[in-house]
Amino acid sequence: MNDNNIFELKQVEKSFNKGKESISIFEELNMNIKQGEFLAIMGPSGSGKTTLLNLLGGVDQPTGGEVWFDDARIDSLNEGQLAKWRANNIGFIFQFYNLMPMLNAARNVELPLLLTNLSGSERDKRVATALELVGLADRAKHMPSEMSGGQQQRVAIARAIVSDPKLLLCDEPTGDLDRKTADEILEMLQLLNREFGKTIVMVTHDPSAAKYATHTVHLDKGQFVPEEA
Amino acid sequence: MSSVFSQSAAVISMNIRSLPRRLWMSLAMVLASAVVVAILLAFLAMAKGFESTMQSAGANDVAFIIRGGSAAELNSVLGRDQVNLLENAPGIAKDEQGPIVSAELYVIVDGKKRSSGTKANLPLRGLDLRGVNMRKNFALEQGRMFTPGTNEVIVGAGVLRQFSGFDLGSEIRSGRNSWKVVGVFSTGGNVFESEIWADAKVVQNLYNRGSSYQSMRAQLEPNADIQAIKDYVKNDPRLNQDVQTEADYFSEQGKSLSYIAIFGRIISTIMALGALAGALNTMYTSVSDRAKEIATLRAIGFSHMSAFIGTLAEAMVLAALGGLFGVIAAYLFFDGMNASTLGGSFTQVVFSFNLTTELITQGAILALIIGFFSGVFPAWRAAKTPVIVAFQSSH
Ligand SMILES: Nc1ncnc2c1ncn2[C@@H]1O[C@H](COP(=O)(O)OP(=O)(O)O)[C@@H](O)[C@H]1O
Ligand SMILES: [Mg+2]
Repeated sequence: MNDNNIFELKQVEKSFNKGKESISIFEELNMNIKQGEFLAIMGPSGSGKTTLLNLLGGVDQPTGGEVWFDDARIDSLNEGQLAKWRANNIGFIFQFYNLMPMLNAARNVELPLLLTNLSGSERDKRVATALELVGLADRAKHMPSEMSGGQQQRVAIARAIVSDPKLLLCDEPTGDLDRKTADEILEMLQLLNREFGKTIVMVTHDPSAAKYATHTVHLDKGQFVPEEA
Repeated sequence: MSSVFSQSAAVISMNIRSLPRRLWMSLAMVLASAVVVAILLAFLAMAKGFESTMQSAGANDVAFIIRGGSAAELNSVLGRDQVNLLENAPGIAKDEQGPIVSAELYVIVDGKKRSSGTKANLPLRGLDLRGVNMRKNFALEQGRMFTPGTNEVIVGAGVLRQFSGFDLGSEIRSGRNSWKVVGVFSTGGNVFESEIWADAKVVQNLYNRGSSYQSMRAQLEPNADIQAIKDYVKNDPRLNQDVQTEADYFSEQGKSLSYIAIFGRIISTIMALGALAGALNTMYTSVSDRAKEIATLRAIGFSHMSAFIGTLAEAMVLAALGGLFGVIAAYLFFDGMNASTLGGSFTQVVFSFNLTTELITQGAILALIIGFFSGVFPAWRAAKTPVIVAFQSSH
């Protein structure tokens, strides 16, 4: 494996069974993602962007081919191993934030740290640092329902980075936000990529979102295609 | 390991805090398990109360003798000559007045229940002062002892509680006979408190019993073997009596309400199945309501196990809460509640529902069983929630 590659997809196949029919999404998909890259995956709705992100995140398993992360194949891990792998390596950012509605901002951000052996005070320290980084130090005690969409997404970003994973996977992170708020979120991701060296893979169908990325690929009907004019 | 614990603790706390979203369903589950537990405890406390009322009446060192095959005092007859022979049986304690025995009569008088006004049979026991003294817990609560040879009676505290017309000083009419209440007695809550006591000779007279009795009690010498008396009866052709300890006799009578306990268990099992069906529905709803949260936690790296434990704990907490309310309700409404029912001799036995800690434990176990079975299958579904649900836009 190329030392610079954090991900390598080799001949990846993915199909879903719907009743008797099998819907093929990817056939022989090949892809490399470099360490330190901010990759935007664009494409029309239904082109397989989320499915691809799920394969990268170990959330879904390919029906064929190999998914390499660093020097390990993750497509052959079982559910329990994948959960551990995700906890150690991945921060997820969702289109609809996916905060726990019954927890305040700080307790939401703390969730990934509950999977570590850190002490309570150490966890509190890291939560405070992460919230500070996203500019929400003063909202630690606020409930998700008391925050705007942009603020909730920033809490979600804090949650994604609190355990310091190498990789952030974002599925339409600005899909539910207005332009101005979206730009703030994208700037924040850009900062995390540039200043903190996070590798970011972001699914979006918004061309202006892609401008923040270092690289962009286009997906159509399960295939990478050259950028259309 | 500490992570398994902190994950599960976090998930449990989140589930509990999401309960207000499913408030009514969750309350229904709590209520259902409360009702099941309360009903079970009502039946068990009733059977237990009756049993202890009967059992505590019997002494281990008193032989209880009735005519062979008569099962209860009411249908027994003992002639004076038989009583005389029985007094000489081996192992019977003696004092300066001779063998410590009490030959007694047991007849029925009418009573009227305070609660319903309906007529009921009450036992009138004829005995002498020696017999009174054989009841170790005997205490006069009000008034005085009946005077031998007169129409005076003393009434048990239970009779006074449950039946009208037995207050101190009242006149009791039964057939052609009339009795005067001169005292109220207690015997530590046991079955004797459901009786009316009068002088044996007077009862023989008024009920035309000549010199015959119905039962006999004999104080055993310390370490005496009741078998010696049984053998004595067996070897004498003039005698044909059933001999047992008073404790055994009442213990047997106390079992006559054990069908109540069995009935209670059957009823509450059926109801528990109903509660379980409702609770399962509640818990499956909880899992689908929380699907996106479960999936998100799984995406973050939380284990299957934490989703399983969290859901199971939610079910157990709801059912246990119901169980707690059920126990409290049973305690408030049933414990110590007075009741009277037909005892072994077709006479009324007054007793109190008795909610013992052992019964409460049984109620708690029932609640936890409901919680476990309503939680375990939904918990399995929670653990199986696909992580990709976290990325789906619905919800
Ligand atoms: N769990 C699934 N079962 C069946 N079909 C699915 C499933 N997930 C996605 N698909 C199908 O795969 C295709 C790609 O979906 P997706 O990756 O969500 O596209 P995008 O994110 O680019 O809109 C769609 O046609 C979708 O209907
Ligand atoms: Mg998508």
